[in-house]
Amino acid sequence: MNEPIITIKNIGKRYNITHQRGGYITLRDILANILHNPFRFIRKKAKQVIGTSAKEEFWALTNINLEIKKGEILGIIGHNGAGKSTLLKILTGITPPTEGEIKINGRIASLLEVGTGFHPELTGRENIFLNGAILGMTRKEIARKFNEIVTFAGIEKFLDTPVKYYSSGMYVRLAFSVAAHLEPDILLVDEVLAVGDAEFQKKCLGKMEEVTHKDGRTIIFVSHNMNAIKQLCNKCILLEKGQVKVASDNVESIINQYLSAGMRGSSKIEWVNSGSEYKNDYFFPRHLAVSGTGPIKNNNDIMLSFSLDILKEDPRLNIGYALYQEDGELIYWSSRADKKEHEWPKLKMGSATLVTKIPRHLLNEGTYFIEWIAWLHNTDWIIKQHDAPSIAIQIQGGLSDSPYWTTKRPGVIAPVIDWNIENNDKKV
Amino acid sequence: MRNVTIIKPKKVFSFADIKEVWNYKELLYFFTWRDFKVRYKQTTIGILWAVFQPFITMVVFSLFFGKLLGIPSDGVPYPIFVYTGMLFWDFFSGALSDTSNVLISNQSIITKVYFPRLILPLSSVATKFVDFAIASAILVGMMIYYGFAPHLVGLLILPILLFITFMAAVGGGLFLAAINVKYRDVRFILPFFIQLLLFITPVIYPASIAGKYSWILALNPMMGVIQNARAALLGTAPINWLLISISFAACAALLMIGTMYFKKVERYFADII
Repeated sequence: MNEPIITIKNIGKRYNITHQRGGYITLRDILANILHNPFRFIRKKAKQVIGTSAKEEFWALTNINLEIKKGEILGIIGHNGAGKSTLLKILTGITPPTEGEIKINGRIASLLEVGTGFHPELTGRENIFLNGAILGMTRKEIARKFNEIVTFAGIEKFLDTPVKYYSSGMYVRLAFSVAAHLEPDILLVDEVLAVGDAEFQKKCLGKMEEVTHKDGRTIIFVSHNMNAIKQLCNKCILLEKGQVKVASDNVESIINQYLSAGMRGSSKIEWVNSGSEYKNDYFFPRHLAVSGTGPIKNNNDIMLSFSLDILKEDPRLNIGYALYQEDGELIYWSSRADKKEHEWPKLKMGSATLVTKIPRHLLNEGTYFIEWIAWLHNTDWIIKQHDAPSIAIQIQGGLSDSPYWTTKRPGVIAPVIDWNIENNDKKV
Repeated sequence: MRNVTIIKPKKVFSFADIKEVWNYKELLYFFTWRDFKVRYKQTTIGILWAVFQPFITMVVFSLFFGKLLGIPSDGVPYPIFVYTGMLFWDFFSGALSDTSNVLISNQSIITKVYFPRLILPLSSVATKFVDFAIASAILVGMMIYYGFAPHLVGLLILPILLFITFMAAVGGGLFLAAINVKYRDVRFILPFFIQLLLFITPVIYPASIAGKYSWILALNPMMGVIQNARAALLGTAPINWLLISISFAACAALLMIGTMYFKKVERYFADII
């Protein structure tokens, strides 16, 4: 019985940009427009009816064809804006496609967000029922699994406390636990594992793996976490500009293609703002560069420079970078405010260039990615990980000054560390 | 295999939609339950609020309009006269305004989970209906106090009147809800509009006050409902079957137009909300 459980045929989705433009349309404006200039309004309407008006259109997805079989765990990867979320939204039925057809054989449930519909005033117990119902469980089903859900989340003591008093960890655990106990034939998951602490994430991945293997459930999984994709999925597709670029069972090769094809921003060694990218109220990122061109020897410090214009002084503003391995695994974050407060470089209105270095003999030979991230301390992201200006650096040679060690070593990093000797008695 | 779903570009209304709403009736129950629970959790006196609020309004209205202004009340005591009107009016206006805001207030759910969107407006009406039922207890008390006994036909007619109110509120509400998604200022206009409606509906005064122009009031379907509710429960006049039929037909048409418009724009909700 290897009939596909989902058949996607020629799916396309068009958005009208006018709908998407920020701000709300108000009836007042429309009416005022009609009154001020009735003829223009009529002309515009007429053009729309005949279809000659120049409407800005945007195809988020075009010509998607896909077959997914029972028990498959399909990973969907792609750059931001490649159409991953749109595809999931069409699959769940939240938004209809503009063209094409999808046939689904079985019950489908989606997890596009953890805790959809949670109400802060309601207790944990009440929210389990509410959230369960929103996700598509029947009351009987929820009642049957109630204890399991509570135990998995580990919130027994707080069952009758309104969730507004929960810590964010508890909240996420409860929300995920409800979702993890769904029993659909097909489960759609979007980036939800990014929340919660590492241990709980592991537990969730484990739970997802368990259900697919035991019950033969089909999962479609969108993530930026390449490790999770590698670990879970047995099939993967790469979306690019609304189209399927590759689809294959060889998950590893697709991930490598995604990462190395320079889709993580670019494999450029320099990033220059084209004019209006990453606009925010606090600063304008202008230029990100690394010292030197071509491969860098590891016995030199690697200098990074972040040129920017400060638009609004705010003590909470923090600017830094995230360093990734070639496969997308995060190595570390660094920010301007990592030391004692009086040692921080001051950010004043106007142009500035922040400089920092990656110490020599820290990284290994290979390609690394740097993302320019920024946030308001404890408040909000300004430039978020995975959606940030990025450059690539390549390290080759110069790994150590030792004659015994000249080429790439196993391991993520390859630091050269002091070795000394103590108590060196002259006995034989 | 069971449960085959086909997703394709959506058409306008079809009868499959009604079946779908039926399949999701449990979610309808949960939304209603949530709205009800949350509302009364936030007040200290809890559910008593549903009784307290109309009762105090009735007392205030009776004092000002009944006693001080001496507005006639078709020969029955003013408090019970105004309360009967208010009961239906509150159900209608509350359901209308809640329904028209329901998509906006649930937008985080709409963009993340699929369910027939009709569930949301229906649940707001259901919540208001629970309020109506609770507030009716006072009317029963007042009827006993003032010694009114409804006749059998009157009792039979009440469900019809409620159904007309339901159709008027849902029909208008669906239309407004859909507009509200697109034009965000509608919800600021609406409370004002509803307040105006109150004055052209014979809630605090009898329709007879308008004399020969009372037929103009009859264009308002809620007039038919409130007039006949008083006739049925308090015996202020014989039941006006013509008025009921007209109101029924007008509200049924309103419901149909509202539903069709809602279904027509429904597919864009998640995209533009």
